[in-house]
Amino acid sequence: MFKSWLRNSTVATALMLAPLPGFAQDAPKQGGDIVITYKDDIATLDPAIGYDWVNWSMIKSLFSRLMDYTPGTTELVPSLAESFEVAPDGLTYTFKLRKGAKFTNGREIVAADVKYSIERAVDPKTQGPGAGFFGAIKGFDDVTGGKTTTLEGIEAPDASTVVFRLSRPDATFLHVLAVNFASVVPKEAVEAAAGDFGKKPVGSGTFILKDWTVGQSLTFERNPDYFIKDMPHIDKFTVEVGQEPLVALLRLQKGEVDIAGDGIPPAKFLEIKNSPEGAEIIVDGQQLHTGYVTLNTKVKPFDDVKVRQAVNMAINKERITRILNGRATPANQPLPPLMPGYDKAFTGYAFDVEKAKALLAEAGHPDGFETILYSTNTDPQPRIAQAIQQDLAAVGIKAEVRALAQANVIAAGGTEGEAPMIWSGGMAWIADFPDPSNFYGPILGCSGAVQGGWNWSWYCNEDLDARAVAADSMSDPAKAGERQAAWGKIFTDIMADAPWVPVTNERRVVAKSPRMGGAGEIYVDPTRVINYDAIYVKQ
Amino acid sequence: MVFLLLRRVVQTALILLGVAAITFLLLYALPADPARMIAGRSATAQTVANIRRELGLDQPLLVQFWSYLQGLFQGDLGRSYAQKTDVGALIAARLPATLILMAAGIAVEVVLGVFLGVLAAVRRGGFVDRAVMMASFVGVSAPQFVAALLLLYVFAVTLAWFPMSGFGTPAHVVLPALTLGVLGAGWYARMVRSAMIDVLNQDYVRTARAKGLSSARIIFRHALPNALLPIIAMIGIDIGQFMSGVVVVEAVYGWPGIGQLAWQAIQQVDIPIIMGVTLVSALAIVLGNLLADILAPLVDPRIRAR
Amino acid sequence: MQALKAMVRQPAALFGLIVVALVVFLAIAAPLIAPYSPDEQMFDGLTLEGAPLPPSAQFLLGTDTLGRDLFSRLLYGARTSLVIGLVANGIAVTIGLLIGILSGYMRGIVGGALMRFTDLMMAFPALLLAIVLAALLRPSLWIVAMVIALVNWVQVARIVYTETRGLVERDFILAERSLGAGHGRILFHHILPHLIPTAIVWGTLGIATTVLLEATLSFLGIGVQPPTPSWGNIIFESQSYFQAAPWLVFIPGAVILLTALSFNLVGDALRDILDPTQRGRG
Repeated sequence: MFKSWLRNSTVATALMLAPLPGFAQDAPKQGGDIVITYKDDIATLDPAIGYDWVNWSMIKSLFSRLMDYTPGTTELVPSLAESFEVAPDGLTYTFKLRKGAKFTNGREIVAADVKYSIERAVDPKTQGPGAGFFGAIKGFDDVTGGKTTTLEGIEAPDASTVVFRLSRPDATFLHVLAVNFASVVPKEAVEAAAGDFGKKPVGSGTFILKDWTVGQSLTFERNPDYFIKDMPHIDKFTVEVGQEPLVALLRLQKGEVDIAGDGIPPAKFLEIKNSPEGAEIIVDGQQLHTGYVTLNTKVKPFDDVKVRQAVNMAINKERITRILNGRATPANQPLPPLMPGYDKAFTGYAFDVEKAKALLAEAGHPDGFETILYSTNTDPQPRIAQAIQQDLAAVGIKAEVRALAQANVIAAGGTEGEAPMIWSGGMAWIADFPDPSNFYGPILGCSGAVQGGWNWSWYCNEDLDARAVAADSMSDPAKAGERQAAWGKIFTDIMADAPWVPVTNERRVVAKSPRMGGAGEIYVDPTRVINYDAIYVKQ
Repeated sequence: MVFLLLRRVVQTALILLGVAAITFLLLYALPADPARMIAGRSATAQTVANIRRELGLDQPLLVQFWSYLQGLFQGDLGRSYAQKTDVGALIAARLPATLILMAAGIAVEVVLGVFLGVLAAVRRGGFVDRAVMMASFVGVSAPQFVAALLLLYVFAVTLAWFPMSGFGTPAHVVLPALTLGVLGAGWYARMVRSAMIDVLNQDYVRTARAKGLSSARIIFRHALPNALLPIIAMIGIDIGQFMSGVVVVEAVYGWPGIGQLAWQAIQQVDIPIIMGVTLVSALAIVLGNLLADILAPLVDPRIRAR
Repeated sequence: MQALKAMVRQPAALFGLIVVALVVFLAIAAPLIAPYSPDEQMFDGLTLEGAPLPPSAQFLLGTDTLGRDLFSRLLYGARTSLVIGLVANGIAVTIGLLIGILSGYMRGIVGGALMRFTDLMMAFPALLLAIVLAALLRPSLWIVAMVIALVNWVQVARIVYTETRGLVERDFILAERSLGAGHGRILFHHILPHLIPTAIVWGTLGIATTVLLEATLSFLGIGVQPPTPSWGNIIFESQSYFQAAPWLVFIPGAVILLTALSFNLVGDALRDILDPTQRGRG
């Protein structure tokens, strides 16, 4: 069966069998009890509802899904599934469940649980944000439309077999089964919690939630019955919430905290980096992130492609990375470098004030124009907005910076004709799963260019949309490379129309105590930020 | 007296209703969509519409407000949009922490403020007076965040006398209360000083002094009671300030109070939590002022209850 | 004029007067004095790693986290902050004084209604009002001043109300009343003068807090918008840098402190000169 998986998977490579860099030198030790801090309280641990970057990684560890990723990488591997097969037409996926896998309430996981869990995530009554991910499953529209609560496209012919039937080929479907919303939950526990499952989660992941003192801390303990041996490595971790990042860092330096989850605030970064123990404390890794400025194609003068191109040339990205203390690299295309499909050869628009001015003059704005640049109001975003403001002023564009709370910026972006420019910092796109399609639909495709949408450029190119659909229909694993190239081309072609100014690819910086072991990638895991399953304490 | 009390109870209820109505209206006017915030980035228009319908956000404003009030009359503050849990329980879990911090903070303010204020008034124009006045300005002009971090840095990191962060033991409350108290004491010191000087200059005090009454007796029997009036009014005001002003101090010291809850709710446009916290703090403020009004005649018998 | 002469004779008041005059002068003359444009993010204003520069001969008070000259920003920031401190705070104290006196002095429905309105405003989350206004309005200096006044008068009114109630029952007022003095005479000749100390305390301490409150509002998006400097937002933008770049927090902090203190010294002296209970007495 494993062979069949290798043959059919879109992502199978020899890589997944190779040891991870960093793991080789010091083998993970078992045991340890660590403390992690975050500023924000944990909103919920319900996998059908939780959708912020803090609870994302905790839900990953509390629950298991049919598919998952090798820690620290973007390689898909079967997890709760033992193996799977994809029909040649790409419309039927058949999974065999791992034998003996149990929920932490002791009950064995059966195929019906998978069906129930996904139906629950799609059911409007759940009020979950992730329903749309499962749009390819047959019968999806009937459930979201409220006609029924069962998805006809999911079948459980026996206790260990799940069959998915799709209404259209979806090359990302395996990734979809690895997102949190596809986590398997026991129906009896959901019902027993009576609407409070998010506070009393029961799963089959690496950890069990032992205690939750609201507003203060959560304690997670190792699940001794987890279906993969020697996972996880630590026995217990305590998450302390409401912790100011600056204070968390002071506590980390004192040895009270092992991981400062919110990273190192800009005010402290250089001090720590240049300190003797800096190298041991700082974990600095790439993430699937692009920071960009949206140029609203429905607002004058950004409806003119020349103006948009001029703005692309006007912004000094090198200086912005310096303001960020070198924690980012300049970007030239929507996809981040870590994402499959990223075009290394593409150069985009070079910083060129004179050319920008010439283009503006050509577009009929020799003296520039006035506009508004929105930004969120947490450091360092208003500073970056001001840096962009100064760059724009150099080519004659007088932009008023409006730094607002995130919710207001999001609302302005989703209102037609409202926000001419938005600096995406603080709410930039971080991929849900490592596939280029995830960087298109909601933020650059026509479907996102609607009232309340996330396509703040209001850019809609029917031709590219058609190419995107075509690329996502290539679910035949043999065509994976071709599909990747097709996607890469879509993103570089978008840049000809310049609806965005891709500004930076920010790296994620996490601070950890020297006793924490493991490669940097598992603290800045591209699919889950901190990978609680893989981190360990050195002895 | 019973009638008077009843009248105040009715007034309190009306004020709370007013606060609820205005807050609801403001949140409704806020150009941010709670359904969008819950749905997140990848949600389809259908998902957002479904969430909006499930939350009742597609109903007209008056219908929404009425159903909120109906819940309120039954003691139900509703369910959080983002946390999907009972708002009453969330607030109840955090309110004690804020109340403890508030009580401790006000205690530090009043003790420190009255002490310094009396000292300054008695030594008016002297070095002590100037030093107190200067210190009160430092306190009032200091940004909370910086002051809190400085105290934390000195007393928790360097000297390690107190824990850096958390909640539970009396040692935990010292630094946050001190931060609030030291910064706020300036107001009390200045009020006390001003009120006392005003009294010390009055004829009856001069008469008392001329009659040969001791200074201590004059200060504590005549002057200080007069200063108590503004102090009590100030405490009433402080309760209001504390309810909305503890956000920063709670954040720096990891104090699990309602300030942090409110701040996060505002970011997420979690309307039921914002409404709940607003109403609870409004209640505290109204009660604080009511207490000040009741205490005033007791402290200064010349004020007859009207 | 006599007041001014009296003030000049007290060293503390004179000091206050000089500082206030100096700050006002610097604010007006900012374009002539400032060595750089306050908004210019200079390439050599940051280290290669992107850290702000400490005070030096080139940048007298150092640079901020965007490489702008702090001295120039403080000079221009004085304009914003003086307007906010004086106008917003002045309006707040005036409204508070008026409503406080009226509700404390008048019996019956009007007084009660005024006080209940004050209670309502006090119980109302000002922060929320600011956030909504920020999202709805185009922020400007005058709107900020208005919002601050709207938020701050309530506390003054509360204090003044309590004090007025105390005053109304005092013997000398009762005596005046029995002698047939009109309301206007009692209010303006007997009650108001006794409230001047309170008004001065709030008026002067309020300057510092108002300047900082403006910073909170600009954080919420309703303050003066970047890159326009104000003393409050200079501190606020960099407050977490108080260790890495202490000059960014403590220099503007000291400036706010000194200015507020000077206004207070002037106010104190003014009170001594104007206060009827002090007149003619040592």
